[in-house]
Amino acid sequence: MSGAVGREAVFPTRQSLGLMKNKLKGAEIGHSLLKRKSEALTKRFRDITRRIDEAKQKMGRVMQIAAFSLAEVSYAVGGDIGYQIQESAKQARFRVRTKQENISGVLLPTFESYTQEGVNDFGLTGLGKGGQQIQRCRETYARAVETLVELASLQTAFLILDEVIKVVNRRDINSELDELDREEFYRLKKVSGKKKRDVAAADAEILAARQKAEQEQAENPKEPAATATAIFAKEEETTDVLGEQEDNDVIF
Amino acid sequence: MAASAAMYKERQFLAVIGDEDSVTGLLLAGIGHVTEPPDSQRNFLVVDSKTETSEIERAFQNFTQERKDIAVLLINQHIAERIRHSVDAFADPFPAVLEIPSKDHPYDPEKDSVLKRVRRLFGE
Repeated sequence: MSGAVGREAVFPTRQSLGLMKNKLKGAEIGHSLLKRKSEALTKRFRDITRRIDEAKQKMGRVMQIAAFSLAEVSYAVGGDIGYQIQESAKQARFRVRTKQENISGVLLPTFESYTQEGVNDFGLTGLGKGGQQIQRCRETYARAVETLVELASLQTAFLILDEVIKVVNRRDINSELDELDREEFYRLKKVSGKKKRDVAAADAEILAARQKAEQEQAENPKEPAATATAIFAKEEETTDVLGEQEDNDVIF
Repeated sequence: MAASAAMYKERQFLAVIGDEDSVTGLLLAGIGHVTEPPDSQRNFLVVDSKTETSEIERAFQNFTQERKDIAVLLINQHIAERIRHSVDAFADPFPAVLEIPSKDHPYDPEKDSVLKRVRRLFGE
């Protein structure tokens, strides 16, 4: 638009009014869509933060119960089994897999726990005594770990959403502007091509009109004023057309 | 930063850094895994009062940065407290770092890195 410097003001045509109206409408729609996306994400985000808070409290309780059942095991076995457990751990029985959930175009991974069948590292643990307690302890801890995995997916979703919401909210006005620029550049090229063609056509027209007028003048010299006005009108019309084309150029 | 599938497709294990009781319990649940012999690595670290902070730090880096098969890292809160700087600085979505309570140290929501962020967002 800086191209307008030193030229006359933008021609207030209906065409450019229409263009402007369309642009405004487009901008409003884009804004409201982004806003809706941001709201959907924020809602989800608040939901998640609340659940994280709850899950963390729950985790505290669950881990306490689990620790207690481990104490029972040490009591029943009558010694420390920690070392034995650490040495016999080989293959993970308890694993997680990740799935994706789509929230307004944002992919949130969620962890899902599953047990690998046929893996049992602790077949011999507690064979002497305390087997029952160990079994119970394993179940308690497995439940605790499930809670932890749930919490982990909430937490991951939280971290990703936090980032995405930040991006959406300041959503890159820049990237939108870039897009507009590219579009306008293409238009500009088109317009200048058309303008060249139109100028050539208009020149030919003016030339034809002049020749015709001269002819008429030669044939009918009594009405010079009327033909002059006609030529003037004709010329004004053509410049008008040119002016409009220039408008396009000036604005975009 | 939508997480790409490659970022977590291979992640299927849990890792733990904790005191002996926590690790034992979690191993009983079946999360323990040792990788194939050539350079076998455990996915758990037992920390006691004699463990150097640098060792915890190294394990934390190993589980969070180097290994690509860990989905969730569980760490006792009192141990996370010793390497608080690293835990706070770690902001990637994978692996999820989870602070858990231990038998001797009840859970304190005030110290949790993630919960601190949650609280801050709600302006509390």
